[in-house]
Amino acid sequence: MTLIYFLRDALREATSGGRKYHLWMGALTLVMLTGAYAYSIQFREGLGVTGMTDHVSWGLYISNFTFLVGVAAAAVMLVMPAYILHDVDFKRAVMLGEGVAVSAVVMCLCFVMADMGGPHRGWHLIPVIGYFNWPQSMLTWDVIVLNGYLALNLLIPFYILFSHYRNRDPNPTLYVPFVILSVFWAVSIHLVTAFLYAGLVARPFWNSALMGPRFLASAFAAGPALILLALAVIRSQTSFAIEDTTIRKLSLVITVAAQINLIMLGCEVFKEFYWPSEHSASAVYLFFGHHGHHALNPWIWTSIAMNVVATGIMTVHSARRCHHLLYPACVLLFTAIWIEKGMGLIVPGFIPSPLGELVEYMPTWIEVAVTLGIWATGLFVFTVLVRVALPIELGRLRAPGTNR
Amino acid sequence: MSGGAKAWFQSWLRKWNGPAGGCGAGLLSKSIGRRDALKMLGGGAAASGAVVNAFAPVNLLSGSSEEREKAVIDWKEFFKTNYRLMNDRERADTIERLERKYKLERNLDVKISTAGPLPNVLYGYAFNLSKCKGYRECIRACIQENNQDRASNMQYIRIFEKPMGSMSVESGDARYYHEVPAEGHFYMGTQCFQCDNPPCVRVCPTGATWKEQDGIVVIDYDWCIGCRYCQAACPYWARRFNWKEPTVPNEEVNPNQHYLGNRLRKKGVMEKCTYCIQRTRQGRLPACAEACPTGARTFGNLLDPGSEIRYILAHKKVFRLKEDLNTEPKFWYYMD
Repeated sequence: MTLIYFLRDALREATSGGRKYHLWMGALTLVMLTGAYAYSIQFREGLGVTGMTDHVSWGLYISNFTFLVGVAAAAVMLVMPAYILHDVDFKRAVMLGEGVAVSAVVMCLCFVMADMGGPHRGWHLIPVIGYFNWPQSMLTWDVIVLNGYLALNLLIPFYILFSHYRNRDPNPTLYVPFVILSVFWAVSIHLVTAFLYAGLVARPFWNSALMGPRFLASAFAAGPALILLALAVIRSQTSFAIEDTTIRKLSLVITVAAQINLIMLGCEVFKEFYWPSEHSASAVYLFFGHHGHHALNPWIWTSIAMNVVATGIMTVHSARRCHHLLYPACVLLFTAIWIEKGMGLIVPGFIPSPLGELVEYMPTWIEVAVTLGIWATGLFVFTVLVRVALPIELGRLRAPGTNR
Repeated sequence: MSGGAKAWFQSWLRKWNGPAGGCGAGLLSKSIGRRDALKMLGGGAAASGAVVNAFAPVNLLSGSSEEREKAVIDWKEFFKTNYRLMNDRERADTIERLERKYKLERNLDVKISTAGPLPNVLYGYAFNLSKCKGYRECIRACIQENNQDRASNMQYIRIFEKPMGSMSVESGDARYYHEVPAEGHFYMGTQCFQCDNPPCVRVCPTGATWKEQDGIVVIDYDWCIGCRYCQAACPYWARRFNWKEPTVPNEEVNPNQHYLGNRLRKKGVMEKCTYCIQRTRQGRLPACAEACPTGARTFGNLLDPGSEIRYILAHKKVFRLKEDLNTEPKFWYYMD
């Protein structure tokens, strides 16, 4: 019965709000509808309406998928200290971190669906009724870890919120084991996604042991950067108190991860360019162009410039503590890593082809519209989750008859 | 033949001359388990019917009898299982449905075979770099034989024009539009090499692609979900995707088809060279080998000591592409 009240109250919270809130949700809905329209064309005509070809057979969708797995994994940065080390500063932020994780995984699943040639045949990989090529295919591992991670990040916050809603303290022996599991699980989702690429001998650009560690480093920079920005918005728009120390600690995590990511970038650049072999062709193409083809050069140099500037700002203590510098640095870092995972990693992996042919890639408007639509879906989900979680955490929303 | 390749080949010979059915038994027991599971879940499948209805071109409950027949075929086709897991009866049923479907939809008479691998046969291919002159007759024959999409000009075979003096993959150009053979160049054909250790098969999440006992790597077009992981995993760029609905005019359709070979594909699925499985399992040559005007292409049974391909492997200095990747292609290059 309380569950029904909870769902009813959650729905009411999510659908009521001020003018600004409705404008925001309306705008997101518009972008989602545009994306749905674009996808309907793609579903009818086939993936030929995208910029992908037999040469560059994964593009914007898989790029965003890869990046968002990292964002989802990064929720662990907040979960670990909050639950296990009982760090009060992070505890206020952790619910939001898990909200980010849920929205990011939802977007990941949408991007994978959007990329499939036969999404309606997706049931073929459901174990028992389909044929689940596990453990051979890394993609089946990814299916397991992503869905498991989604379940964990839905269940843990739901249990805590629902307990608070009923004015009870959540029982740690019930949920802490799952929290610990989710910490390991978060690392696994990004490592498995890295292995998806690193396991392909056909693509020397990806076939590197650094792939996994670099995914983790960049994810632990981009994910918390997004969470920090979300906290900044929530802080200015709601009465939910977020201490300066929370922001400070979070920014330190981002800084260290961004620094490690830059060191790894240096390692890769050294390996590819100290003695460029035929296996370095993708890197040469990405950074400097190859045989007169240059499409990705502006992307990667923009990404590196943003990365260096953001990491530079955050490395200087006084600059990092100034929010007018910290927030733009987070935006820069987030964007830089988004480019790095897509136009800087997935796309150049296909160029040149394993037979040395050079075909470039440029997304079409349909791909861009579907991508924006999925991002809007993620933001929509995140907003709803926050909208429900905040009043409960603030003590404003309680089950009928349990008022303090 | 290099030492490593020889050892591998000899291990193949041992395997094939020894007691039969080593790898078949495991698959068989797996298939029974799955089929039973499928039957148990029959109710569940019916419940999800609403999903399928959205994809069926016409409603089951309305329309003419022909439309209803088409809808029933689409319904049953949607819920059929992986070809490897089907029993003979299920295979016969799906063939009947598919042949009827083409008749109803396109007024097309086709014959789809489910012929299995011939006993004691392992297919291999040899390509003579000294003889190929770059005419690309093989490509033309391949497209006609295998019903490839005409609109996108899909081709399984690529002939690379390379300047003398380099074997590097980067030196090749597959888009030459001039008189051949060009002075100072040689020609190198690629297609699916039917690797004995195929990366594409390992990565497929649904087991929609696999290696048959005669060594041919095949795809179940109706089981593929179009994730294109295999396309990223192939070191030889041998796989093709149907980015749009493929088109082949009725008068150009090759009606002699195989379920795992040249039957008509649909949008959103992978396809590739199958050494013309519909021909080779009848003891014929692949279309490319038959069409080659220079005699550069030799196809045959690796397990037959008297075959021409065995002669080449024994007497020529052969090599394979990217042998360092351990993919074990069954496609050798050599020179006179």
